Amino acid sequence: MSSHITLRVARYRPEEESESTFEDYDVPCPRDWVVLDGLNHIKDRIDGTLSFRWSCRMGICGSCGMLVNGEPKLTCATFLADYAPGPIRVEPLRNFPVIRDLIVELGDFMGKLTRVKPWIVRQVEKPLSEGEYRQTPEQLDEYKQFSMCINCMLCYSACPIYGLDPHFIGPAAIALAQRYNLDNRDEGASDRMRILSEHDGIWGCTFVGECTKVCPKHVDPAAAIQRYKLQSALDWVKGIVLPRAAS
Amino acid sequence: MNRHVAYTPYHPRWHRQRISTYWWLGRRSYFLFILRELSSLAVAWFVVWLLFLVRAASGAASYQQFLEWTRHPFVLALNIACFAFVCLHAVTWFNLAPQAMVVHVAGRRVPGWIIAASNYAALAFTTAAVVALLLLRW
Repeated sequence: MSSHITLRVARYRPEEESESTFEDYDVPCPRDWVVLDGLNHIKDRIDGTLSFRWSCRMGICGSCGMLVNGEPKLTCATFLADYAPGPIRVEPLRNFPVIRDLIVELGDFMGKLTRVKPWIVRQVEKPLSEGEYRQTPEQLDEYKQFSMCINCMLCYSACPIYGLDPHFIGPAAIALAQRYNLDNRDEGASDRMRILSEHDGIWGCTFVGECTKVCPKHVDPAAAIQRYKLQSALDWVKGIVLPRAAS
Repeated sequence: MNRHVAYTPYHPRWHRQRISTYWWLGRRSYFLFILRELSSLAVAWFVVWLLFLVRAASGAASYQQFLEWTRHPFVLALNIACFAFVCLHAVTWFNLAPQAMVVHVAGRRVPGWIIAASNYAALAFTTAAVVALLLLRW
């Protein structure tokens, strides 16, 4: 295996250019280096102006998501050697505005996350004297998969629906809503349903399924959305058959 | 979160990539998705075709005329293509069903493959019932 590999990195410097361009950098390619190591090597040794987000280096913080050869990936978990002999194309996440180089604007995503109320909603909090809200392992299993989301936005980058209609609330936000709906301590399902059954909510999804394929934490947002649709449809039928019970 | 950083479509310095009209040709999975979506047109065509058949069943002459029409190479080719699309529609639908359906039996979650298999079994049963009905009438 060659000891070096070329990273073809997308650059966008808004004060200099109106379109993004590519620059090639030759980086070492030891067996244990990931794409993020290559980018840090460029930043430290070759070109200090290269801008990108990263933090934990271990697939927890969700900040180093980029396109590697066109695929949305966490660059801290994508090994250079797997792409030998290269070159490897590194671009900012698709479907998001680019602020600089590999940094995308995530205000839209953060706004959508808060819209679905991703926290435990209680109609009435029980007093402290009654103790904690208890949960069995089976009740935890109901939502655990959806709680693994690290907000890396790879699913938004893979979703063509979000690309075509930026108002679509998107896979991670819906999966996170489902995480709290399936939590037996939560009482906010009807509040979330009101938001998610709008035009830009669950019905915007046409089940391409790419969100699930690219998810590094195996959250399966596509399943969350389809389960939501099924629930919404059942509620609608119940509302027709048993209007009093539904209200 | 600060409300002022919300989505602003015309920020002067952000770079936005245009999405090509042919985005669905770039990846195999996107292309298959578009084929799956298009297959609903084939389903709609067979509904129309069945309505034509119902109308033709009113008399022997009209039924004969209907048969002549379906023998036309164009209609035959259309029906073969639509049949392939309907098969794609059914297979992709059944394969996606386990993602949407979560069934618990005796406190345990039913594995996805059993949900998909039960869909295929229902299809096989319905097909066998229709074939049996046709054979018995003849």
